[in-house]
Amino acid sequence: MSSVKSNLEALPWGLQIVLAVGLLVLVVFPFIGTDFYAQMVARMMILGIFAMSLDLLLGVTGLVSLGHAVFFGLAGYVLAFVTPAGEPVSLWWTLPVAVIASGLAALVIGFFVVRTHGIYFIMVTMAFAQMVFFLFFDNKILGGSDGLYVNFKPDAHLFDLENKVVFYYFTLALLVAVYLFLRRLLWSPFGRVLAGIRVNEHRMRAMGFRTFGYKLAAFGLAGALAGLAGYLWGAQTGFINPELMGFQMSAHAMMMVILGGMGNFAGAILGAFAFEYLLLWFKDLPAIGAVDLGKHWQLWMGLFIVLVVTFAPRGLLGLAERLSRRRGHVDE
Amino acid sequence: MDFANFLIQLLNSVQYGLLLFMLAAGLTLIFGIMGVVNLAHGSFYMLGAYVAWSLSSMTGSFTLAIVGGALLSVVFGLALERLLFRHFYDRDHLDHVLLTFGLIYIFEETRSILWGDDVHGVKIPELLAASVPLTENLSYPVYRLFISGVCVALALGLYLLISKTRLGMKIRAGAFNRPMTEALGVNIKRIYTVVFAMGVALATIAGMVASPISSVYPNMGSQVLIMCFVVVVIGGIGSVRGALIAALLVGLVDTFGKVLLPQMAGMLVYMLMAAVLLWKPEGLFKQ
Repeated sequence: MSSVKSNLEALPWGLQIVLAVGLLVLVVFPFIGTDFYAQMVARMMILGIFAMSLDLLLGVTGLVSLGHAVFFGLAGYVLAFVTPAGEPVSLWWTLPVAVIASGLAALVIGFFVVRTHGIYFIMVTMAFAQMVFFLFFDNKILGGSDGLYVNFKPDAHLFDLENKVVFYYFTLALLVAVYLFLRRLLWSPFGRVLAGIRVNEHRMRAMGFRTFGYKLAAFGLAGALAGLAGYLWGAQTGFINPELMGFQMSAHAMMMVILGGMGNFAGAILGAFAFEYLLLWFKDLPAIGAVDLGKHWQLWMGLFIVLVVTFAPRGLLGLAERLSRRRGHVDE
Repeated sequence: MDFANFLIQLLNSVQYGLLLFMLAAGLTLIFGIMGVVNLAHGSFYMLGAYVAWSLSSMTGSFTLAIVGGALLSVVFGLALERLLFRHFYDRDHLDHVLLTFGLIYIFEETRSILWGDDVHGVKIPELLAASVPLTENLSYPVYRLFISGVCVALALGLYLLISKTRLGMKIRAGAFNRPMTEALGVNIKRIYTVVFAMGVALATIAGMVASPISSVYPNMGSQVLIMCFVVVVIGGIGSVRGALIAALLVGLVDTFGKVLLPQMAGMLVYMLMAAVLLWKPEGLFKQ
């Protein structure tokens, strides 16, 4: 049972209360914050969805994918392609199309990468992601290095996504829906098989599970959910470029999952908020004398990542758990 | 394509392949022996190029720059292993990935602070600036031959070191069975430090000798890193021989792809990788 513990699959009640309070804060936030901050938080929620989709691979199935941003960017590109220059398109068919496109792309790439293990998987996912990156980067028809504009937010008919507060609640609803879906999935037979693959794939195969199919399904589903996040990103920012598919974006998502604590989806959301906040904070650092601290955000972020990996490899939730256990919950 | 043109492209692809081999050999050694995934390997290449540029413009001598840079890279590799990587051998791949991703940011930003974000050219040393005439109007630059020569010499040295010397025997033993090797009284920690520094030095030297033809620019490491991954995946991780053959193969496909199928050139190498994955998921020369 140690591996179940180490990934905090079952959230302690203290944490569940924290999550409920967090949800409450998110619900009332547009009433207390300005439009600017509502937009920032909406972006964090989008990244939360993205991080959760990666957590399905990283924390649940044990697949260390370094190319996950491809499926995030791809759905954004789909939205950019189907949105004409002069009018909005309907949300109700473009959202499924974008999500399915990302899911299909994940299935195709997954067909090649899922048969590899360990370090190969890391290198191959990164290489395929780079291939797609260059496909978009080098082709003028696909937007080239400059990327594409999404001129209008999708038209939802029932509500107006151009309104920032409406968009905020739309994103929040999707965040909660994806979280509940993945939590349910985690405890379903399918989720148990994925967790079994993480712990010991050979044993799962010996028990008669065709692990290739399960891993491919997880890869496809994670790609589709990353696509959902990418669609929202494209709609919110109105702009999509190859950087969103790049290796940095994939590594950032990985950092979000690690920072929060992996394998339980709540940590991924927490990590996404913390990482994005920190990124903005580093970029906004003031200039001291001739040295512009904010310009060198990569240095601070790099040092931060090295410190986290060295001293808190199990993230914020891992730290919280360790602290609470030290306070007397010795149950092992 | 006539014969002279074909010869030029062939020489180019061999030169590119050998350069990739220098990088991939370090990557595959560090993984094969210590089990560490190093995303920052491309950064060593980038740092090497910048050091070559800055030392050669400071001293005015490319030879001095290469010798000085090589020594610096060994010291750098030793320090990095002692301070950081040593504590990560028992961690899993995920931690390696994040640690070395953090290092990429640190190295890139340090480079930006020290040397700025401009593109620089490094002058080819005069001794090697000539060209070998092939036909009336086609010739081949001596410097590219020099790069191939350096790579072949280093590859040969690496081969002799690993297969013929006492140190090489200990390295192989350590990769094969660490506890047993330690029990026999070999100081495995020191071996690891040496191997790591060797890998860093190979990547840095590759960056230094390549700098006159590739020029020196920010983020030059990340592109080369991906190519190294492709090489290692095709060749089979941990196998130096596999890395050599895969690197030459990738060099050939990439160079001739750019000439024969320019609209697909960027994708060809990845397609090669995909084909190898379908055929042999563990690479061609898995040990």
